[in-house]
Amino acid sequence: MPTISRDEVAHLARLARLAVTEEELDLFAGQLDVILTSVARVRQVATEDIPPTSHAIGLEDVFRDDLPGPCLTQQQALSGAYATEDGRFRVPRILDES
Amino acid sequence: MSQLTRLSAAELAERISRRETSAVEVTQAHLDRIGAVDPVVRAFLHLDAEGALAAAAAVDEGLQHGDPAASPLAGVPLALKDVFTTVDMPTTCGSRILKGWRPPYDATVTRKLREAGVVILGKTNMDEFAMGSSTENSAYGVTRNPWDLDRVPGGSGGGSATAVAAFEAPLAIGTDTGGSIRQPSSVTGTVGVKPTYGGVSRYGLVAFSSSLDQGGPVARTVLDAALLHEVIGGHDQLDSTSIDAPVPPVVAAARAGATGELTGVRVGVVNQFRGEGYQPGVLRAFEIAVGRLRDLGAAIVEVSCPAFDYALPAYYLIAPSECSSNLARFDGMRYGLRCGDDGTRTAEEVMSLTREAGFGAEVKRRIILGTYALSAGYYDAYYGQAQKVRTLIIRDFAAAFEKVDVLISPTTPTTAFRLGERVDDPLAMYLSDLCTIPSNLAGNAALSVPAGLADDDGLPVGLQVMAPALADDRAYRVAAAYEAARDATDGDPLWSRVPDLTEDRSPGPSIGTEDRSPGPSIAEVVGR
Amino acid sequence: MTAGMTTELMDYDEVVARFDPVLGLEVHVELSTATKMFCSCPNVFGAPPNTRVCPTCLGLPGSLPVLNRAAVESVIRIGLALNCSIAPWCRFARKNYFYPDMPKNFQISQYDEPIAVHGSLELQLGDGSTFTVGIERAHMEEDTGKSLHIGGRTGRIHGASYSLLDYNRAGVPLIEIVTKPIVGAGARAPEVARAYVTALRDLLRALGVSDVRMDQGSLRCDANVSLMPRGSSVFGTRTETKNVNSLRSVERAVRYEMCRQAAVLASGDEIVQETRHFDEASGTTSTGRRKETSEDYRYFPEPDLVPITPSDEWVEKLRTTLPELPWQRQARVQAEWDLSDLELRDLVNAGALDLIAATVDAGAPPAEARSWWVAYLTQQANARGVELAELGINPHQVARVIALVGAGTLTNNLARRVVDGILAGEGEPDDIIATRGLAVVSDESALAAAVEQALAAQPDVAAKIRGGKVAAAGAIVGAVMKATGGKANAQRVRELVLARCAP
Ligand SMILES: [Zn+2]
Repeated sequence: MPTISRDEVAHLARLARLAVTEEELDLFAGQLDVILTSVARVRQVATEDIPPTSHAIGLEDVFRDDLPGPCLTQQQALSGAYATEDGRFRVPRILDES
Repeated sequence: MSQLTRLSAAELAERISRRETSAVEVTQAHLDRIGAVDPVVRAFLHLDAEGALAAAAAVDEGLQHGDPAASPLAGVPLALKDVFTTVDMPTTCGSRILKGWRPPYDATVTRKLREAGVVILGKTNMDEFAMGSSTENSAYGVTRNPWDLDRVPGGSGGGSATAVAAFEAPLAIGTDTGGSIRQPSSVTGTVGVKPTYGGVSRYGLVAFSSSLDQGGPVARTVLDAALLHEVIGGHDQLDSTSIDAPVPPVVAAARAGATGELTGVRVGVVNQFRGEGYQPGVLRAFEIAVGRLRDLGAAIVEVSCPAFDYALPAYYLIAPSECSSNLARFDGMRYGLRCGDDGTRTAEEVMSLTREAGFGAEVKRRIILGTYALSAGYYDAYYGQAQKVRTLIIRDFAAAFEKVDVLISPTTPTTAFRLGERVDDPLAMYLSDLCTIPSNLAGNAALSVPAGLADDDGLPVGLQVMAPALADDRAYRVAAAYEAARDATDGDPLWSRVPDLTEDRSPGPSIGTEDRSPGPSIAEVVGR
Repeated sequence: MTAGMTTELMDYDEVVARFDPVLGLEVHVELSTATKMFCSCPNVFGAPPNTRVCPTCLGLPGSLPVLNRAAVESVIRIGLALNCSIAPWCRFARKNYFYPDMPKNFQISQYDEPIAVHGSLELQLGDGSTFTVGIERAHMEEDTGKSLHIGGRTGRIHGASYSLLDYNRAGVPLIEIVTKPIVGAGARAPEVARAYVTALRDLLRALGVSDVRMDQGSLRCDANVSLMPRGSSVFGTRTETKNVNSLRSVERAVRYEMCRQAAVLASGDEIVQETRHFDEASGTTSTGRRKETSEDYRYFPEPDLVPITPSDEWVEKLRTTLPELPWQRQARVQAEWDLSDLELRDLVNAGALDLIAATVDAGAPPAEARSWWVAYLTQQANARGVELAELGINPHQVARVIALVGAGTLTNNLARRVVDGILAGEGEPDDIIATRGLAVVSDESALAAAVEQALAAQPDVAAKIRGGKVAAAGAIVGAVMKATGGKANAQRVRELVLARCAP
């Protein structure tokens, strides 16, 4: 039984905003199944009392003083934009609020 | 080829600071070399000859005025992986989605290089967003291994390693998330270092997997790598994960090591990284290296790190998870590629088309994999479990470093593989990082130093030296001692044996596009 | 529900007779730190678009967040003021979802490890009762940019042909304060909701951590409302109403949702779990985004930030910086001014407590400050139909008037005329005294002349006084007061009259 179905891959691609093709779906579903089956080995490790590590080097309490610094200019901020208008990024219509 | 391109960075800097040669001359020599060999190896995505010569001229001018050299590497040329932001050059990360993007800011590493008077020649090729072990995942074509043009230069930093191996630059900067500095160095016969996580600022390093990414030096000698390490290392207030402590004394360690004494140093050989799946020639080269270390006075100890067996699967859950989030920002709204904006489509549709057209297959695979591993129903089983395995790996390292000063292994199980050989087999590709990944997961320092050529295929083998976090200097000391001993035994340094690429050699079948621009499939995607 | 259909509402009395409302209030407050949450861009309102941005808040590739210490201190102080426990260890997570106003397509927020948990806020309701709202958590997150929708009906998202984005607000520090389910408020639920947001606003203002301007969006409230049949303890399906941008709207939105949901339930239908939008103009809520599948935000610990471990010393040091909080002030004032509970409640209800306290702070004796605000000024406010705070006189002005009375410069009568002048917008008390000529005549020679004149005008009375009939002096004093237009100090006039008529 595959670890991950084609439908599941399609759902994940939608969630990740990837307009994948049908051919890609076929390809990825197969490859991801192989990869997942392989990485699922981590589940064999007994880790009941093991805390997870999100940061390998255990730093804590790193803060910045509340002092203003330089900003980009509006021109710099917009320099990479595909389209701009009135000092703002112009984007296609947004469907609905999140 | 100008002899200047065969000198070490340390030597070049010496000559420049003594004004025996000028930084401009040195830069020009390397630009000439790039002109001669880059059409064959294709290490660079972008060259900035004008900017480099201007930076070199500024160094010369300062020295002429009697100013002290800005750093021990002032005037030395360098190749920068195209994953660090630069205001004066594009930053593409080897991806179509960032084609031509000019960041409005410099990475901290970029700034430190400039301040040190290091001359940035250009930006090097890489697997897209640093995901890969062969540089074949670049949207801008492949880079070829100078030792054998039909083979990969490793990845993701194949461009940086190749630039150094092919004498296009004495120094390069790479980034290492699962081995992307060390594995290319191993297969190109160069020295590559992944410093302790937090040792080099990640500000301006386009993130692949934030908790694993680390910038580091690539060079032809251990001392050169150490000199570069000290230039780019150190605390940065713009990176919360940057370690607020002095850079470990890596240059001193490299110099001390080169005197060739390892008496009293305990070297652990990791049991898990030998045996099945390893190329026999690699294992034999490794055994010879172990013997040399013993000859230098090191005490060799067998060490078992059982959790390392689970490092690869843990990595392939953690890195894709973080990447799925880090790469979400590439949506065509604020910068980079935008596809399908015909005035009728919604932002959501345009985002999806842009990302589909802008990302290559490996990036999409990992984004989907990471999206899966972080999903509500799977988080504990995959991402959460991988983070626990990470704890076990840290514990294995800690236990090992109770017994030994450094750990060693082959850097990668095989020598350079052929172009195209693993492209369609992600799992086989992932195995390239088998030995390098544990140090990314644990955050400790590790490097790869050339360990001669494999006797079965005549290609470079790397010796990986791993040291505890913040003890990067230990790895340098051992590597420098080993390097000196190997050069002495072999009669010449390994790097000097790279084939002369200017000879008439067939570059093999053309792979990738000729103009360093990605293919035309954007139109195909949008046209759907 | 399709547009155009009239929404059925149940009569409020019937709603509360049949159902128990359960509320959950989520308040987002923008901190007034000098810089943003994770970068050093100035945190200001109203700058030209995309001029208060940097690589970090613009989400540029390679940028990294660094946490603002002042934001952490603010949330710890808020937590302490809300009687929360401060977590000894907490961190940030990434909340992943795509939306164009979010530069990274994830929001850095606190998820399962918030910095402040399990607090409470006590409210005073109009009838004098108190109601305690449990606080689930207060956590840090970053604000989003602002979008402008072009081409649709005036700035509405529906029907727009494209949008324009300004990221100046992106990365502004936000604190989200979430209540525990508020049960048992019954018919008072809308009032409780309003009182909660009011109390929270006053608290945040006293802490000095935010502008708390609902009109500018620096304080925003989402109201979760559900109903359960009376006597049941099983929560119903809830709706989340967003865009509730004034205190009055909080009350109206809750009340509207109660009536709407009750009608739906009474008709046998089910409540749809959804986000609803409150419309200020009509006072109604309308259906917003209906979640197809439950949102999967794929939270995971933010790898670019390190954990926060507030030490006891740090927390206790911050505790000492807490100002007197609204309820602490009430308790203190009640004791100091010796008020009954009823008197205190009247002061609180009239909104007079802060004004009186400020008047006292400005130097006035408490009794007089209280008397001015609850008597004459309350009368004036009632006559004008405005709140005391909006009457047009400030505590400093009241304190000055009281001081002038104390110094004998004004009589009580004159003081009221000065106050009338202030309310009429004529300026400060001293200006009004000058322009209206209201000061008590205290020039001895002028007074002596006036006394002389009055005695001369009424020789018979003068004779009586000289003859020892001291009581007769009143007539002369009255004449002098009349002659000076009431601006003389009657006591002094009397003294002068008696001295002049001494045998
Ligand atoms: Zn910023």
